[in-house]
Amino acid sequence: MSSMTDAPLSDAVAGPASVPADERALRRRRRNAADRRLRLYGIAAIATAIGLLAVLLLTLIAGGYQAFVQTHIRVDFPISAEHVDPADPAAGDWRSVVRDGLQALLPAAASPAEQRAMGQILTNNTQFIVRNAVIANPSVIGGTLTVEVPAADIFDQLNKGTIRRDTLEENRRVTDAQIRWFDTLVEQGRVSTPFNWALFFNADSRFPEIAGLAGAITGSFYALLVCFLISFPVGIAAAIWLEEFAPKNRWTDLVEVNINNLAAVPSIVFGLLGLAVFLNFFGLPRSAPLVGGLVLALMTLPTIIIVTRNALKAVPPSIREAGYGMGASPQQVVLHHVLPLALPGILTGTIIGLAQALGETAPLLLIGMNAFITSPPGGVLEASTALPTQIYIWADSPERGFVARTSAGILVLLGFLLIMNAIAIFLRQRLERRW
Amino acid sequence: MQQIAAITPDAPAPAPATPALRGEKVSVHYGAKQALFDVDLEVGRNAVTSLIGPSGCGKSTFLRCFNRMNDTIAACRVSGRITLDDEDIYDRNLDVVELRARVGMVFQKPNPFPKSIFDNVAYGPRIHGLFRTKEELEEIVEASLRRAGLWSEVKDRLREPGTGLSGGQQQRLCIARAIATRPEVLLMDEPCSALDPIATAVIEELIDELRENFTIVIVTHSMQQAARVSQKTAFFHLGRLVEEGLTEDIFTNPVNRQTQDYITGRIG
Repeated sequence: MSSMTDAPLSDAVAGPASVPADERALRRRRRNAADRRLRLYGIAAIATAIGLLAVLLLTLIAGGYQAFVQTHIRVDFPISAEHVDPADPAAGDWRSVVRDGLQALLPAAASPAEQRAMGQILTNNTQFIVRNAVIANPSVIGGTLTVEVPAADIFDQLNKGTIRRDTLEENRRVTDAQIRWFDTLVEQGRVSTPFNWALFFNADSRFPEIAGLAGAITGSFYALLVCFLISFPVGIAAAIWLEEFAPKNRWTDLVEVNINNLAAVPSIVFGLLGLAVFLNFFGLPRSAPLVGGLVLALMTLPTIIIVTRNALKAVPPSIREAGYGMGASPQQVVLHHVLPLALPGILTGTIIGLAQALGETAPLLLIGMNAFITSPPGGVLEASTALPTQIYIWADSPERGFVARTSAGILVLLGFLLIMNAIAIFLRQRLERRW
Repeated sequence: MQQIAAITPDAPAPAPATPALRGEKVSVHYGAKQALFDVDLEVGRNAVTSLIGPSGCGKSTFLRCFNRMNDTIAACRVSGRITLDDEDIYDRNLDVVELRARVGMVFQKPNPFPKSIFDNVAYGPRIHGLFRTKEELEEIVEASLRRAGLWSEVKDRLREPGTGLSGGQQQRLCIARAIATRPEVLLMDEPCSALDPIATAVIEELIDELRENFTIVIVTHSMQQAARVSQKTAFFHLGRLVEEGLTEDIFTNPVNRQTQDYITGRIG
């Protein structure tokens, strides 16, 4: 300490007059250069970050944009009473209906093998799509039904150019004959590529052309709802007690240290905890958004407690004094004065915590939310996937169509995160402007 | 609570000879550190008593004993006896919320709630249940703002936030807020230290007017202010009450050597 105070003192005694002017100018130039350098480093760092983000987004968009459109083929299916019994349409011979519809558009198949190859043009689910349309509208029995049917993945890829025509036939997923048939359909004006609504309104499927995120979005919504309903009230109550009422002693210090540590625990550990406690001990259903929400709540809780405590700390003590001075009880001081002032900060922190939870994958994998489920969950107890786990499943699937859908899924997830952060910013500005 | 109802701003209570507040052997410890040593002081009714002394002398600590604001500091212990109208305010059965309705406080920095001007003044009556109808509440708010000399300036913008007022207006709003519960005693902890000279003059004038209805204890760093507004002055030094008496006597003819040094600017 003494050396620190001594050194500048002796400099000061020597005085600026004894330092030649050019030496002082040099020092000033060096100082200014150092300032400029620091600013440049900052700009360079920001530019790097923005560049990397741009690369990420461009890669995702380049890989994923094709999943937002889907090749469809318009087919007129003859719904003859021979194949479909008007009294019981569900039991009809739908396979034949589909075959007849396709046959009418293409040259007659020479062999059963060729007929099978022809049938591969439409999605495997075509018979169910046609069946459901007829059940919804039985009056078409005896006439024809025109449906835009999604093309099977390989023909979707052919149409989008990911399967190249100049590849040798034996290395290609579609045969030359199939390409000829497909081109016939194109010539007839029956092929279109509209926006792929199925991506948002269908649940998962084995067939990429009809796989969508509806199940994952619903599952994520339920899980986040459970997470919010648990972590928000518990987190705020804990933070209020710790910040406003708890005595400052060894025990509360210990609690504080543990909460801070909890915020740093890897998420997979919470998944293991959920597996051991919620599934094995309490016997809650596997893959359910309820369990996912509980696990995510454990993860979000420390975040909410920490941001709430910081928001409470930021409320000026003079407001508390004013409240106590007026004879308000501690509960009244907190509820009337401190909490309303801290609310913008609390809400912002909570939404950011929830956004983190929305993107969390590892704990959901451990409690089975990466199951293959082909319908959206009807409630928090039904098996479901979530957005990040759906992306994980698709990333693992071999079909070409899932490559683009993985990127599209990531873009959808990023879109939700963006919306949540925008809400956080909006809420903060809106609430803070009130006073 | 009956006393509160009896003392309205419009009908001042007759001044009895007994002191409003009396401290006997008051000592305060912050943890192991003693901040106040055996202070005996009587505060006269309907008069202004100023507490002066250098920083850290314990005058604010002593002031905060009167409405038990020290309770909010965990490490703080108060011993001795303090009475308000011969009632021990540190009695186990006394409710601190009611005490603070009877002993109002104005702080160093103006600290209006970030609510409307009306809600600021109405806050005390609301939490203490001092009105039956909306009209009664409006009357209380208007009377309090009038007493604080703020009514004419804010009557057209009662719904605007109190934090939008100027510093001096904010402090008068805080005074209006404090007197809205019709307290007997008003404690002021350096109420003008954050204000400019003009706003200070307004507040000092106000203090002089409020003396009619309230017993006022004021902590101040400004000896001129103590001389201007108070009838009685108590000088604190290093946690002890050094001298107390009529303000005139303290400033013109102090008995104690330390008091003389302080008021002439030699210590402090």
